[in-house]
Amino acid sequence: MSAELFRLSAHETTARIRSGDTNAREVTESYLAHIESVEPKVDAYLDVWREPARARAEAIDAAIAAGQNPGPLAGVPVAIKDNLCTREGRTTCASKMLENFESPYDATVVEKLDAAGAVLLGKLNLDEFAMGSTNENSAVKVTRNPWDSDRVPGGSSGGAAACLAANEAAFTLGSDTGGSIRLPASFCGCLGMKPTYGRVSRYGLVAFASSLDQIGPFTKDAEDLALILAAIAGKDPRDATSADLPVPDYSSTMRDGVSGSRIGLPKEYFTDALDGEVGKQVDAALQALKGEGAELVEISLPHTEYAIAVYYIICTAEASSNLARFDGVRYGYRHPDAASVEDLYRLSKSEGFGLEVQRRILLGTYVLSSGYYDAYYLKAQKARGLLRRDFDEAFTRCDVIATPTSPTTAYKFGEKMDDPLQMYLGDIFTTSANLAGIPGLSMPCGLASNGMPVGLQLLGKPFDEAALIRTAYAYEKSGAPTLGPAPLG
Amino acid sequence: MEYEPVIGLEVHVEINSRSKVFCACLNNFHSPPNSNVCPVCLGMPGVLPVLNVAMVDASMAVGLALNCTISRWSKMDRKHYFYPDLAKSYQISQYDLPLCHDGYLDIEVDGASKRVGITRAHMEEDTARNTHTIGGGISGVDFNRCGVPLLEIVTEPDIFSADEAFAYLTALKQILEYLNVSDCNMEEGSLRAEPNISVRPKGSTTLGVKTEVKNVASFSGVRKAIEFEIKRQVKALDSGEAVVQETRGWDADRGITVSQRVKESAHDYRYFPDPDLMPVVVDDAWEERIRQSLPELPQARKRRFREDLDLSEYDAGVVGMTKDLADYFDAAVVAGAPAKQAANWITGEILATLAERKSDITACKMKPEALASMIGLIGDGTISGTIAKELLPDLIESGGDPKAIVEERGLVQISDSAELEELAQAIIRDHPGPAQEFRDGNKKAIGFLVGQAMKATKGKGNPKLINQILTDALSQE
Repeated sequence: MSAELFRLSAHETTARIRSGDTNAREVTESYLAHIESVEPKVDAYLDVWREPARARAEAIDAAIAAGQNPGPLAGVPVAIKDNLCTREGRTTCASKMLENFESPYDATVVEKLDAAGAVLLGKLNLDEFAMGSTNENSAVKVTRNPWDSDRVPGGSSGGAAACLAANEAAFTLGSDTGGSIRLPASFCGCLGMKPTYGRVSRYGLVAFASSLDQIGPFTKDAEDLALILAAIAGKDPRDATSADLPVPDYSSTMRDGVSGSRIGLPKEYFTDALDGEVGKQVDAALQALKGEGAELVEISLPHTEYAIAVYYIICTAEASSNLARFDGVRYGYRHPDAASVEDLYRLSKSEGFGLEVQRRILLGTYVLSSGYYDAYYLKAQKARGLLRRDFDEAFTRCDVIATPTSPTTAYKFGEKMDDPLQMYLGDIFTTSANLAGIPGLSMPCGLASNGMPVGLQLLGKPFDEAALIRTAYAYEKSGAPTLGPAPLG
Repeated sequence: MEYEPVIGLEVHVEINSRSKVFCACLNNFHSPPNSNVCPVCLGMPGVLPVLNVAMVDASMAVGLALNCTISRWSKMDRKHYFYPDLAKSYQISQYDLPLCHDGYLDIEVDGASKRVGITRAHMEEDTARNTHTIGGGISGVDFNRCGVPLLEIVTEPDIFSADEAFAYLTALKQILEYLNVSDCNMEEGSLRAEPNISVRPKGSTTLGVKTEVKNVASFSGVRKAIEFEIKRQVKALDSGEAVVQETRGWDADRGITVSQRVKESAHDYRYFPDPDLMPVVVDDAWEERIRQSLPELPQARKRRFREDLDLSEYDAGVVGMTKDLADYFDAAVVAGAPAKQAANWITGEILATLAERKSDITACKMKPEALASMIGLIGDGTISGTIAKELLPDLIESGGDPKAIVEERGLVQISDSAELEELAQAIIRDHPGPAQEFRDGNKKAIGFLVGQAMKATKGKGNPKLINQILTDALSQE
């Protein structure tokens, strides 16, 4: 029986631990054994914390035995993207720059997972500093898609998506700057949510683009999204941009159904660029939701065509600033042969950062430069305001917006690496949510004929994650076909 | 050709809040190196700044004291450059929307009043401190200072001489001390003044090319540096050379400025709004709360001392020099001391005694109420001024109630006429020469005889009464 524990969702896992049906140690061992068996084919983890996880699981079991309540995620094994700071192990961002970096503190979400009783299994692969859409930009290794090992898991939270799809953790945490949770969730056939900007504290998330980054969960079902979002959300005095708003009880609002709910379909997203297979699955999912009582309405997001350009100006500008601190002086990679301070900076950055990271730092430096700031950064900020207004306007006519998460299913390795622009266009449906700060999730809605999962993206009003979770839950309960386990899971 | 200098001043003030501006680390200059540091001020990956509201309060107080407009909406920006003392490789500062702007400070130079425009006062964070071993080899960085709240106050180019710059700095420092927002210690770097200096043909309305002078460790250093720069620039222009826009360092030992220009290229700081921090939004109520909390400022106080308490210009200036001194004076007056006498004691004996001890009014154990009490004892004839002066060092050193001390030590003035008349006869007898002089019309001779009588009573005699009795005795003979 314990051989199957790793297949359980987080809410099933903690329920069975609480009921005494199993215990945290048994669950953890089940996952560690499964990691042992599939990890060589998936390569999602950068580091597995076997002994710390066992010790933690035993502590949870001891707390339960003593009659204490270890929290809503008691005994649930979790793994997190390696751009979240942990005192345990290293925090590398899959970069040579930080390959030996040990954080002196835990990210707020890590503290919250601890407080909720979760068992941390380790750290997951990503595109270096979360910059990429395939995980091919990791300086450490290539993570494979559990549905097809010739295909990418998506990025940048590719490790987190693949880990979950391969059942190497009950849930995982990633970060989403322009689609870095939703895209890999779509490619790997799991649920992934980017909460509203400000819903989850960013303290301890190594910043890529501060005004766009959000931490969010990958889960096996909608009920887990409700459970985990509630555990990690909330105002953090250490993050001035975190919102001082109450966190709803998503697990109860989840069951309210979608009857009468208006689902907006932006005409700009359903175009010829969309892969026919993807469109077919998305349409079937929408019909399933209609069957549950939702109303489908056409809407318009007229500034959609500018989203990618705006996104790549703002995210690179902020990245060039955020990554400036990696100078080899206090921590991180330090070139051994530097003869001067200028040399130290130049050599350490040139060798510590990978090509995509350097490309974005240079782009960002350019758009912030004197004489170019107004033409690029300032103009992009104005366009960002227009995109935000598009959503404000659209949400007067619908409660939730539904789109495909990605125009295509997962790419083959190398397919997009030669052409950064083609790669950037893969983010076309996801970046708008980050620019507008609104919540979004991707949920699996069937397989394309190539056997790869298709993702349905749901976008919501600011801080209305409840509507997204409710819609995802309604879809799961609609009787629509489920994906079943990934071949490598 | 005749030239006139045009000077603007940038002053950086470290605000003395308990903690740093973006983290909870202690803001303390005297701690051992790298002891007041945390992941935030060390610029570790993943950290976020949170603005210390105490910094906004203090900055607003300074802005209001300098007659600035307080922005209803301002923001924090990132200013980028690479240097080992800058943990994040950017400094959080305010670029185009400072918290305080468009103010002024009235100063006095050679008895004339002059208004210096304040362009802006903006909030930022201090950098760490680099130190290098003598002869090179090893450089160390102390991050205690990294993230210390810093207010930069910038004037208009309204200053036309080194003396005016000196007067501006003195007046500004006095205000900062009155507000108790900074230690204002130039040697420790909690106040740093950097003049921008240019010269232009007299009568011209356009500005000449300016230089900025750094590394000046005192106000008098600023005065000397400005004087040097004016001469240097005039000499250059007179000999047909151009003044180069550059940063120059003040070499106090040699009394000259030295070019610090490294490269021709100007810095591109790539300012942009810091996405980690919310805009600084100040409503009317917040501004009003700070306005209400402002103490009476130096100029207003000096005016009140002159106009309401009738002090001389000099006394009002000295008594109002620091807030502590002015508070002391005010408290003595409230306790019943006549203002002029209190001012005389403070500007005279008290400050002199404190100065001998290299101390200031904050170390004075004699409470303002005790000063009032002592002046009262002189007024009602209980003690003489001479006795009071003798008592003063002890009171300043150890405090206590003057009345109790006077009684305890038996210092009550002798005002018994019979006793003093007997003494007067003896003094006249023992000093026939001066007595005769007085009789012959030299009225000043009485001073000597009074002095002898005071000596004989060990200062306890009532000098007024003795004078009267001696005069009567010599006149009646």
